[in-house]
Amino acid sequence: MAQAFLAIVRHDLALAWRRRGSVLSSLLFFIIACSLFPLALGPEPQQLRALAPGILWVAALLASMLSLSRLFVQEHADGSLEQLLLSPHPLAVIALAKTCAHWLTSGLPLLLLTPLLAQQYSLPAGPALLLSLSLLIGTPVLSLIGAVGAALTLGVRGGAVLLCILVLPLCTPVLIFGAGAAAAADAGMSVLPQLSLLGACLALALFLCPLATAASLRIAME
Amino acid sequence: MSRPFAQQPTFDTSPARHGGSRWLAYASPVRFYPLAGRMAPWFFAAAALAAIAGLWVGFFVAPTDAQQGEVYRIIFIHVPAAWMSMFIYLVMAMYCAMALVLRTRLSSMMASALAPTGALFTAIALISGALWGEPTWGTWWVWDARLTSELLLLFLYLGFIALESAIDEPRRAERACAVLALVGTVNLPVIYFSVQWWNTLHQGASVSLTAAPSMARTMLVGMLLMTLACWMYAIAVALVRVRCLLRERGLAGVVDRQTNGEGA
Amino acid sequence: MRLASDGPSADTVLRARGLSFSRGGRRVFEGIDFDLKPGELLQVLGANGSGKTSLLRVLGGLLPPDEGELSWGGQALRPADPNLLQSVAYVGHANGIDADLSPAENLRFAARMGGVDDSPARVADALRSMGLDPDSQAPVRTLSQGQRRRVALARLSLLRRLLWLLDEPVSSLDAASGERFLAQLGEHLRAGGMAVVATHEALPEAAQTLRLQG
Repeated sequence: MAQAFLAIVRHDLALAWRRRGSVLSSLLFFIIACSLFPLALGPEPQQLRALAPGILWVAALLASMLSLSRLFVQEHADGSLEQLLLSPHPLAVIALAKTCAHWLTSGLPLLLLTPLLAQQYSLPAGPALLLSLSLLIGTPVLSLIGAVGAALTLGVRGGAVLLCILVLPLCTPVLIFGAGAAAAADAGMSVLPQLSLLGACLALALFLCPLATAASLRIAME
Repeated sequence: MSRPFAQQPTFDTSPARHGGSRWLAYASPVRFYPLAGRMAPWFFAAAALAAIAGLWVGFFVAPTDAQQGEVYRIIFIHVPAAWMSMFIYLVMAMYCAMALVLRTRLSSMMASALAPTGALFTAIALISGALWGEPTWGTWWVWDARLTSELLLLFLYLGFIALESAIDEPRRAERACAVLALVGTVNLPVIYFSVQWWNTLHQGASVSLTAAPSMARTMLVGMLLMTLACWMYAIAVALVRVRCLLRERGLAGVVDRQTNGEGA
Repeated sequence: MRLASDGPSADTVLRARGLSFSRGGRRVFEGIDFDLKPGELLQVLGANGSGKTSLLRVLGGLLPPDEGELSWGGQALRPADPNLLQSVAYVGHANGIDADLSPAENLRFAARMGGVDDSPARVADALRSMGLDPDSQAPVRTLSQGQRRRVALARLSLLRRLLWLLDEPVSSLDAASGERFLAQLGEHLRAGGMAVVATHEALPEAAQTLRLQG
């Protein structure tokens, strides 16, 4: 089972490399979206610094939604998803492996970019790193919940927007805790409560979401 | 080789074989259709009576509040609607769980029938909240924990309805929505908790529509009557809607002139 | 877990009783009964839309049947039962290969997922047996339809599973490749394997035929 998990992660990473255009474009969306807010809100550093955690988190959330709409789509079209469903390995493990690979190509680059983008918002280094830490714990949860949505909307018309409609409300706790952690860090308060709540969300999602994704994949393929 | 689907009941419909459980026979769509038709008018009547009683208590019997004056009376609509919106979601989720585990079509159709009513109550809660907020706080919207949770609940309902209408194949739509509803149910406590937490963190918790005046007994009676009215209404409307869904999917055992009983 | 066939015995029988399936209010097939023993081939015939693909998908556990039951080696099967899946190789309408990877990379992944030896030598053998160049690094996207089909079919000899479920395996192949594959199918049966094949081609080895009305 571990061998299959690793095989899928390696395989999906190889595929993402071949299709790096689409991986990079969701990253680019994140960068552009972050640059839009100062243009809309005005360049005043104090205001931007106060808003930075929230803005960066929302941009990360939206960028994740965009990249999630390509999860499973190609595999569904060329029949490889069918082959995965025919594998004797538990489908939940397969779903978790694909979600993991997806996070490595979407969530991880996002949080690596965040300290750089935080500079645009005059966020000091300490809070910026804590913001990245909150994204480190939070973006896997986004990928896990999003995978359920991606499986439910597989092959459905209006798929990408529908995915956002379904998944965004479910991600609000992660947004609240994640942005809250970064804001607390900037205010000099303890981030432990928010981060532990995020951690609890991650633990719950790791357990439940692959099962829900597996069920949804079977339903989508029936 | 195609026999009309309506002629093949999902369950064995003879009550005798179920021993003591005569009710299980009604899990058959064909049997449920006429039963729902007979039950609905009674629930509508009950709803109307409870509503009249509740509104009378709420608007005429309950005393005027010292702080908020007459405006607080909107609580008799706002709170029952909010309670029902949450209750209906849980009932929906229960039907969805039954649909996934037992693979019964009627359960998922009950869930689909309840969703628009749940969304309606959520909307009523939000609108009545706004109507309460304006004279009280001077703004039409207040990021109160309850209102924010209701807003997110509305999104969950709308997502359910959107997913159902986006998937063409009825059986796939039912099962996909069932998974969505269950995921939403697990998420709901987390959402409520996080919104509560967010609310207390960001403001002094003084702005709260749930800071209801200390409940005089009549006020509580009024709210309970209105809640009962909403509940009866929800059941009645769900029964009517489920009959429509049964006919649409050709499971009602009724031959429609247009579809010739061949079903969707 | 040994996923390659543990060797057929007299009890490794695929048994179907009363399988029926409907979709969109229409009965696709009903009352399907058969026993498939090692070395046997079941050919499924029928017009387009008669339910051949649905039957194969039901056998593979992708679709739950409305009624009826399946058993494998005497044990009743749930849908998508790993007991069956570890002995099944399925080639459906879609090839099930990634267009952005090379044939060899696709097969190596299939081998790893299937728990069999993924050495380059074995992968090369499988590709050569279908008349493909094992050293080609070109992505599958650059291959013709027939060549892509052959990559999908090469998976069969790589995985060495007991039961083959094939949906129109040779439809996009030229005559020579089609012949070559049917010869492989014959070898598989003689080695004790079993197959359920939906195809319009004449299959002389077919021990049983199922004709679906649809």
